[in-house]
Parts: sequence; structure tokens; C-alpha cells
Amino acid sequence: FAEFDDAANLLAANPDATTISIDEPTEIPKNQRDRLREPGREEDDELLGTDDSDKTELLAGQKKSAPFWTFEYYQTFFDVDTYQVLDRIKGSVFPVPGKNFVRLYIRSNPDLYGPFWICATLVFTIAVSGNLSNFFIHLGKPTYHYVPQFRKVSIAATTIYAYAWLVPLALWGFLMWRNSKVMNIVSYSFLEIVCVYGYSLFIYIPTAILWIIPQKVVRWVLMMFSLCLSGSVLVMTFWPAVRDDNRRIALATVGTVVLLHALLSVGCLAYFFDAPELDFPAPFIPAHNGTTVVTKS
Amino acid sequence: FAGLADVSISEDIPVEGEITVPVGSGSPEEDFSTLDEPVRDTILRDLKAVGKKFVHVMYPRKSSTLLRDWDLWGPLVLCVSLCRRVRSLGTSGMLQGGSADSKDDGGPQFAEVFVIIWFGAVVITLNSKLLGGTISFFQSLCVLGYCVLPLTVAMLVCRLVLLAGSGTVSFIVRLIVVLAMFGWSTLASTAFLADSQPPNRKALVVYPIFLFYFVISWMILTFTPQ
Repeated sequence: FAEFDDAANLLAANPDATTISIDEPTEIPKNQRDRLREPGREEDDELLGTDDSDKTELLAGQKKSAPFWTFEYYQTFFDVDTYQVLDRIKGSVFPVPGKNFVRLYIRSNPDLYGPFWICATLVFTIAVSGNLSNFFIHLGKPTYHYVPQFRKVSIAATTIYAYAWLVPLALWGFLMWRNSKVMNIVSYSFLEIVCVYGYSLFIYIPTAILWIIPQKVVRWVLMMFSLCLSGSVLVMTFWPAVRDDNRRIALATVGTVVLLHALLSVGCLAYFFDAPELDFPAPFIPAHNGTTVVTKS
Repeated sequence: FAGLADVSISEDIPVEGEITVPVGSGSPEEDFSTLDEPVRDTILRDLKAVGKKFVHVMYPRKSSTLLRDWDLWGPLVLCVSLCRRVRSLGTSGMLQGGSADSKDDGGPQFAEVFVIIWFGAVVITLNSKLLGGTISFFQSLCVLGYCVLPLTVAMLVCRLVLLAGSGTVSFIVRLIVVLAMFGWSTLASTAFLADSQPPNRKALVVYPIFLFYFVISWMILTFTPQ
């Protein structure tokens, strides 16, 4: 099928070229057909249900039919528009009680754009905010010399990307294993789980910015608030998937999900943001024998 | 391919076109003659092309010259000069941070900045291609690399301002300069890249570019000499 790869490259290079579409839906991936139409018609098809939408429905099940070594295969994971990404972000920040994030927003079109760039933004936001907050806390102290602490960016990146990819992998494996034992009504694909985790991390971006405020109480309140919001998104997503299982296993699963999420936020707060009012300027205590003892802060 | 036997192509649809994406400058006749010209002419022509692109970046207009005749010399020069200058003054210009002073600095090393810039540019290019952009890989790298020029200028200005002093006033001056150059870089690269993106995904492509230049600006702003 090398000819279709060439056709795809031709089309990518020159989208206005006249092309003849041969009606073999299994050969041409869905997004190629979208590019042959005008962009505005995609929304119309979803709303009006013209005969093109029948083909869309047919093709939705065969969306990932491109072999995984071609570029088009990975393009299917980025098949989202701006308003869709914004909707998903909104859905993660304002969880509607009883509505499932995956069913409501993702609807079998999981994307990798959101998780990847939300994690990237979070990494840099935490590093920059941590730096700024330390700068303001230690401002004015004569013993402190500002250093950018660039190492923390690498550590933040490793932690957050590992969390956003390994925990969904483990959870997906666990759910698959339970699925083989107990027939669950709801089951998620790996990418849908990655999607939920990625979008649920969005609330931490404004939280990290607000963590610059050097008040311990404020920081903990913010952390609880964002943990509740993103935790509730995760819980409402995964509770239907384990609900039919053994009660204890279901509770343990959901509990572990929330616990790991809490660990991530507590760890980030503790590692990247110095505790305020911890570093007092070293007081000089004159010892009796005349030497000066400086207490280490 | 059984279905292909039934296809008939009507006469008024032109079945022709170019198979290759037109990249690179000049017609084949020119390429033949560059072997005979003096080396100085070849180098000067390339230098002029690079210089013309620098001018295009500083005064961004929607022109396709930057896209058509891509080269990576400009981005390499800019990246190396930016990475060299991000090193602190305390190490007296050594690139390899071998001395103990540079380890305590905590600031980004040459390799870190270099990797961030090139890896970031590659990731943004992949992102725009995955979202359905029609620009080629190296054209996008070229544009992103050239649009680092305002930030390199900001780096030079920051170094000069820091030589004068490092108080609050100098910080405010540096902040304004870096912010202005950051805006300039982002607008310049958006002006060149936006046309090649699908219309309802433009924001999705512009945001990573914004993040990329923001990180570079942050590194420039927080650069402190020992």
C-alpha cells in the first residue's frame, strides 16, 4: 500500500490539488477524507446528520486502521480542534456530578495533544513558580544568593510525565485483568485513560501559579481544592468501571487513584516550593567563652 | 485493487502535478554552474540569504521567502551564541562547566539550553505536522530557529544592563526588554507559520510556540552573573 502513503504525502504537500477519491473506506483514514471537504463542514455533519455522517460513523470504528509505522497513524491521535480541547479542559475543571468525563467529552476520540502539552505546561509552571516563590521568600536576606535551579526542571519533567503515563498504564493493565475475571459494563482504552489523567492535571497549572503566595495555609487550602476537583474527575471516571467488581477491590482501586494523585501534589508542593518562614537569618548567640556560635538554619 | 479497474478519469481533470515539494533555491542550471565559481561567491551568496532572513524576522511580513529557501545556518549561529551567553560570567567563558564555580551556579549549562532549544523546536514542528499542518519539517525548524533572533538581542542587552548594575531598576529594564522581545519572537513566528495550519486549529499550534519562547525568555531573564 505504498501508493496510499504517497497519496497522503501529496495531499499533505498540496491540499488544493484535485484528487479523485476512490470509495474504499477501509483504505483511506478518516482524517484524509476530512481534508478533502471544507473545514467548516465537519461541525455541520455532526449536527445535521447528512449522509456523510453515516460514513463518519462507519469510519469512526475504523479510524485507527493505518499501520502504526506510518505518520497518519499518529495523526489520528491529534484529530482535535481548538474548541474541543477547550471543552475538555473546561470539563476537567468543572466536573459535573454524575457525568463521566470520558463519555461526555472524549467520546471515543482520545487525543494526545491535551495530555502532552498540559504536562509540558505544568512542568515549566511548577519550575518557574517554585523559583519565583523561593526568590520572594528569601528576598532581602543578605545570606541568600539567587540561583535559577535549573536542575529542578528535569526532575519536574521526569516526575510529571512518569505520572501521566505510567500510572495510566498500570491502571489500564489492572482494569484489563479485572475485566477478564468480572464482566464490567464500562471499560476504557489505554488512550482514554491517558487522556483523563492528562486533562485532570490541568487544574494544577493555576494552582502552581497561586502557590507563589508564601502563606502555608493558603497553599494547603489551594492544594485541597485542586485535589478535590481533579480527584473527583478521576473518581467519577473510574468508579463506573470498577463498580461491578468486588466491593473491596473497587474501593481499593479508587482509593489508590486518589492517593497517588494526592502524593503527586504534596510532593510537588514540598519539593519545589520552600516552606515560608522556615529560613530565619542565622542569629548570633555569643557563647560564654567569647567565640560566636552561628546556628545553622 | 479490484476497485481500481472501474475508475474512469474524465478528461477535464488534469492528472498532473509535482511529486516533490519545491524546496531549495535555484533552477538546475544554476546548480551546475556553482562548481565553477569561486568559493567566495558561494559563501557570500549563502551569507546574503541568511542575512536576508534575519531582516525578514526583524520586520515580519507575510512573505514566503523564509519558508521556501530554508536553511539551518542562522538557527545554529543564534542558538550557539545564546547558549554561550547564558553561561555565567564567573567561569570566564569556559563552555564545559568543569570548574567548581559553575556547578554551584545552578543555572542552565550550555548543553541544557542547546538541547531545550533544538528539542523544543523539533517537538513543536512534530506537533504542527501531527495537527495537519502543510509545512515541511525543516521549513518549520528554520522559522522557529530564526525567530530566536529577538531573544538573542534581548540576551545581549541584558548582559550589558547587568554590567551597569544589578538592582531593581536594572531588573525592570531587563524585564521590559525581555517581554518585548518575547512578544516580537512569538508574533514573528506566528506570522510565518499560521498560514500553513488548518484554520480551526491555529490556537493549538500557536500555544506551544508561545510556551517555547516563554521558556527561553525565562532563562534569559533569570540569568545572573556570579
